[in-house]
Amino acid sequence: MGLEAEIPVLTTTVEKMVQWARRSSIWPVTFGLACCAIEMMAMSCSRYDIARFGAEVFRGSPRQSDLMIVAGRLSRKMAPALRRIYDQMPEPKWVISMGACASIGGVFDNYALVQGVDQVVPVDVYVPGCPPRPESLIYGIVQLQKKISEQKLA
Amino acid sequence: MDATALIASLQDALPGVGLETSPSLDLQPTIYAPAGHLIGVALALRDRDDLRFDALMEVTAVDVWPREPRFELVYTLLSTVHRHRMRLKVRLDGSEAHVATLSTIWPAANWLEREVWDLFGIVFDGHPDLRRLLMPEDWEGHPLRKDYPVQIRMTPRTGEPLQVTAEEFRANLAKDRLSRGGQGRQGRQE
Repeated sequence: MGLEAEIPVLTTTVEKMVQWARRSSIWPVTFGLACCAIEMMAMSCSRYDIARFGAEVFRGSPRQSDLMIVAGRLSRKMAPALRRIYDQMPEPKWVISMGACASIGGVFDNYALVQGVDQVVPVDVYVPGCPPRPESLIYGIVQLQKKISEQKLA
Repeated sequence: MDATALIASLQDALPGVGLETSPSLDLQPTIYAPAGHLIGVALALRDRDDLRFDALMEVTAVDVWPREPRFELVYTLLSTVHRHRMRLKVRLDGSEAHVATLSTIWPAANWLEREVWDLFGIVFDGHPDLRRLLMPEDWEGHPLRKDYPVQIRMTPRTGEPLQVTAEEFRANLAKDRLSRGGQGRQGRQE
């Protein structure tokens, strides 16, 4: 990005501008599955204030969302619903697997739960913890922003 | 009402039915009834003036595999008239895990028995709608049985993918236009 001294404009490439726009307005879909969702809500509220990173607008519709935070354990019965919501999100889209249960099944090593949501949807960032503190999830979102800003357009 | 008085009252209504008490830690009267006489016992429990168990609070089961009789059905009853509770138990063999439904006597039994069938595989004869309640509809097996594996190591079913490719989208669009041009909205396929 070069600053021109004489005229008040910034020059950049389309790719960099698109990357900046995408990473600065990650809208997550409202998708809380278990106790992790409480930390996710805490993250979006005023104490931790995810609005500082442009990701505070939780949407009720997958059509308006870029990010799915899988917050909690995913049961086998829920897996088709999760996949359907993911399929309904428009490209480009990203997934954060929040917490131990979503990532590897956590303490629930049994028949009822999916042992890792990466069996159902492609995951971009795994956030460890049980549940992760809001700071951890913010760190995960920042990692995702870094990933987005390295994504090539073509 | 304690278990002895309960049994005495039941025996008065149903002579010849073998009932027995069972010790319980919480002092709630508990009786065992033979599976074949369950309907009669339940009707007496609901309709006799001194019993009047008008609410079925819970149906659950215990699997003591590999011992036989393998299953123990547990019905928890409440009388809102006399304000007393009791537990009615039925022993079932693993080879003959079926019993008459009580949903004709207490409508609350409908979903509770569905849950027991779903998780334990105990069949309720005459149940109006014995479908799975908690597990997915296409699930195989009854997971709360003690011989069911804890971890089944199976890829999760995710249903049909909704994503259409660009080519499919264009093809659908063309088909849509074609049918609308021909016969209007009525003529659309699917």
